[in-house]
Amino acid sequence: MKRVDHAKLSKEFIVQEKHVQFHDKRLWDLRTARDVAAFGIPEWEELRSLASAIKEHTLSNLADYLQEFERNAIRNGVVVHWARDADEHNRIVHEILSSRGAKSLVKSKSMLTEECEMRPYLEARGIAVLETDLGEQIQQFDDQLPSHIVLPAVHKLATDVAEVFSRTIGTDPENSDPYYLAEAQRQATRPHFLNADAGMTGCNFAVAKTGGITVCTNEGNADLCANVPPLHIASIGIEKLVPKLEHLAVYIRLLSRSALGSPITQYTSHFRAPRKGGEMHFILVDNGRSERLAMDDFWRSLKCIRCGACMNTCPVYRRSSGLSYGGVYAGPIGAIINPTFDLKKYSSLPFASTLCGSCGNVCPVKINIHEQLYKWRQVIAQNHELSFVKKESMKVAGTVLGNPQSYRAAIAVVNKATSSLPRAFIYNPFNAWGKQREVPDPPKSSFRQWYLKNRKVK
Amino acid sequence: MKVALFIPCFIDAFFPDVGKATLELLERLGCEVIFPLDQTCCGQPMGNSGCESDAAAAENLFVENFSGYEYIVAPGGSCVHHVRDKFTAIPQTADVKAVRANTYELVEFLHDVLQVKDFPWAEFPHKVGLHNSCGTLRGLRTASMSEINEPYFSKPMTLLKQVKDIEFVTPSRPDECCGFGGTFCVGEEPISARMGYDKVRDHRQAGADYIVSADSSCLMHQKGCSDRMQLGLKFIHIAQILNGARS
Amino acid sequence: MNGRDEILEKVRNAQPKGCALPEVPMFDSGLPPALQTFKDALAKIGGEWVHAADDQDIEALIRSRHVMAKVICSAVPEVAGTRRVVAAMTQRQMDDVDVGVVRAGFAVAETGSIWLSEEQYQINALGYLSQHLVVLLDPADIVGNLHHAYRHRGFFEAGYAVLVSGPSATADIEGVLIRGAQGVRTLTVIPVARERR
Repeated sequence: MKRVDHAKLSKEFIVQEKHVQFHDKRLWDLRTARDVAAFGIPEWEELRSLASAIKEHTLSNLADYLQEFERNAIRNGVVVHWARDADEHNRIVHEILSSRGAKSLVKSKSMLTEECEMRPYLEARGIAVLETDLGEQIQQFDDQLPSHIVLPAVHKLATDVAEVFSRTIGTDPENSDPYYLAEAQRQATRPHFLNADAGMTGCNFAVAKTGGITVCTNEGNADLCANVPPLHIASIGIEKLVPKLEHLAVYIRLLSRSALGSPITQYTSHFRAPRKGGEMHFILVDNGRSERLAMDDFWRSLKCIRCGACMNTCPVYRRSSGLSYGGVYAGPIGAIINPTFDLKKYSSLPFASTLCGSCGNVCPVKINIHEQLYKWRQVIAQNHELSFVKKESMKVAGTVLGNPQSYRAAIAVVNKATSSLPRAFIYNPFNAWGKQREVPDPPKSSFRQWYLKNRKVK
Repeated sequence: MKVALFIPCFIDAFFPDVGKATLELLERLGCEVIFPLDQTCCGQPMGNSGCESDAAAAENLFVENFSGYEYIVAPGGSCVHHVRDKFTAIPQTADVKAVRANTYELVEFLHDVLQVKDFPWAEFPHKVGLHNSCGTLRGLRTASMSEINEPYFSKPMTLLKQVKDIEFVTPSRPDECCGFGGTFCVGEEPISARMGYDKVRDHRQAGADYIVSADSSCLMHQKGCSDRMQLGLKFIHIAQILNGARS
Repeated sequence: MNGRDEILEKVRNAQPKGCALPEVPMFDSGLPPALQTFKDALAKIGGEWVHAADDQDIEALIRSRHVMAKVICSAVPEVAGTRRVVAAMTQRQMDDVDVGVVRAGFAVAETGSIWLSEEQYQINALGYLSQHLVVLLDPADIVGNLHHAYRHRGFFEAGYAVLVSGPSATADIEGVLIRGAQGVRTLTVIPVARERR
């Protein structure tokens, strides 16, 4: 798999001035809306602590909770499947559909199904799959990954959407009015809900005590996918478990406020049992999660409730867009999850950060994202996935900075040279530095030299 | 009170005036200031690049230089954050732990330890935007963070408010990262520069003539951006203002 | 070993040391008055509160607000509509409904949400294929916050239950908020007490 070069990809986005300005402002506005919502609840920080503790408890007893969930789901009349990896997940979905002669599937948003690359798998086997979430559908039609967990097409302007819809659902290419485009999408998608053989959703939370799942949307498309066709399949990452219904209150109070600054999504849907004459299937999916659970430094990333707040606050994500991360998950959470799927491919992501720490502060479940980014950098360096230049210059830097005489010699050279530092000091930064920034004026002497000259050494 | 002075490597090299101001300020406030001559660097550049093991020599040297001092003070937030919260390339002996725990960033030291209430010699009649680096803000917690539902506090502001005639303006994004980020500034140059540009424009639009910070790395990056854009902003370290610099 | 057993074994071996499950408080001391809070929250999320006098003809009120409606499909005794929804219908039969009328199981003041399940909908798609949804709500059925909502026994009995908070919405196209995305275009709440027997 080709290594994702975040810096290179971000360059392509950042030159599109209109896009960068909109993207940065839109997401910063959501961050601000989150702040207002969070500050409107006096117990906000307590809720975050509870949300974090409930998830850590659940993950540390996950096997038992999974079994409790399965027991209750089966008792409710749901068929429960288990998938070790993406491939098995796709095979199970295909088996369910094909055994019932299902040829068409409508689905609501699920990052897990993106992880599994389910759509191309099913399409190659003659099953038509339609994303029904507006943002996801735009991305499906444009053959791109979603760029944001909650707002899949946030990197696009209305004119981009007009272009995509004009060649896929026949809208007027000159008309980029969002109301016109949304109405067109509503009309075009409606027949698919009515005629699809099956509907698929993801899952925000799976409640062990009831055996039911919770799906949060604003469009109501999950409810259409699940309620109109006779067959409902839900893909559930094993980390989505929570113990009891009362715990949902904590997460639902945090989720939409963190994501969009609104108190709750328009639809918070709870699926527990199939309708009379209908079928409901749950697929519990591992796909690397149990491996991540065993990692002392990184298992806490499994607490993620997919709110996207970390993306909204990240100054790097806002200016580079999710497509620069080259994977299903982008932004800060993507930078700590994606390396578990492919260390080599995603080795640049933990470095696409200044370690500012804002992400960890907005995370409703208190994932220590910035600390995990730092730790991933160590893992990547140890696994020889750093560029040769970087590795070598850090070795030299370590030697120079670890020895007083070498250090002083390097500083002396700096003082003499006006425009270049030795490669050993900071790996030749001014080539890159000087592209858009002025270089600092070199002082007459270093602090140490001044001190020696002007102060008595005791 | 005996204080060992740690001057971060790039301040030693590029901003010796910040070191001088720190030394003078601490002496004015009655401290006996020692500058261990064999000091180099805290190890952060290597650590943040993933090469923790390459930071070991620098970290060992740091401990050698600063062992035995009850107060080690540095005019650099990200460096102190590294020492206190990440310094793990070397075995954590009692000595190492003591040095780590005794390392203070200048603002912290002035506010929490010396508890300075007044800077009678300081005067700075200018419009100033305060920049809290991510290292001091979210790492060392020298001020309240905009993301957290917590009561407002700001140690640098409390100190600066004692300065005669100083006037503060607030940018629209008070604590968004400015984009320096160590090797990030060159490894992700386009984003880094954009973040810097946005930061200085924000301060300028708020009416700032000066940007003050406790972190010279941020100031160096922001000045580089501002000068290229010819925004006319000036940059100064908090030690210099508190030590009486007029401009 | 099958997938299930393999996953469970991997998980069991991977689980970190036990972390205690915290008690979740109800966070309900000093909650503001439920009815007003509900009305404010409903408005913020795009729903509309329409007051009806005690003796007002609810059906006439609904018709006056939806004069173009051809099909008014009702799940409540207070409104006859042009068609009553019954459990024997199919989901797809809801396709031509202009206005669906249901009664809220209960409501949540904190978020302006209406709780509905298959019992209230009869046919679940009534809530999503209709162009507009009108919800009768007994103000006595409003609970203060989500902590209370999630103790409601309805959740344990329903096969499908939903907290509906305003009409469907999206802002996926350049951040422009659009009400009436894939689901209902408008959500109206009319306070009507339950018939006391």
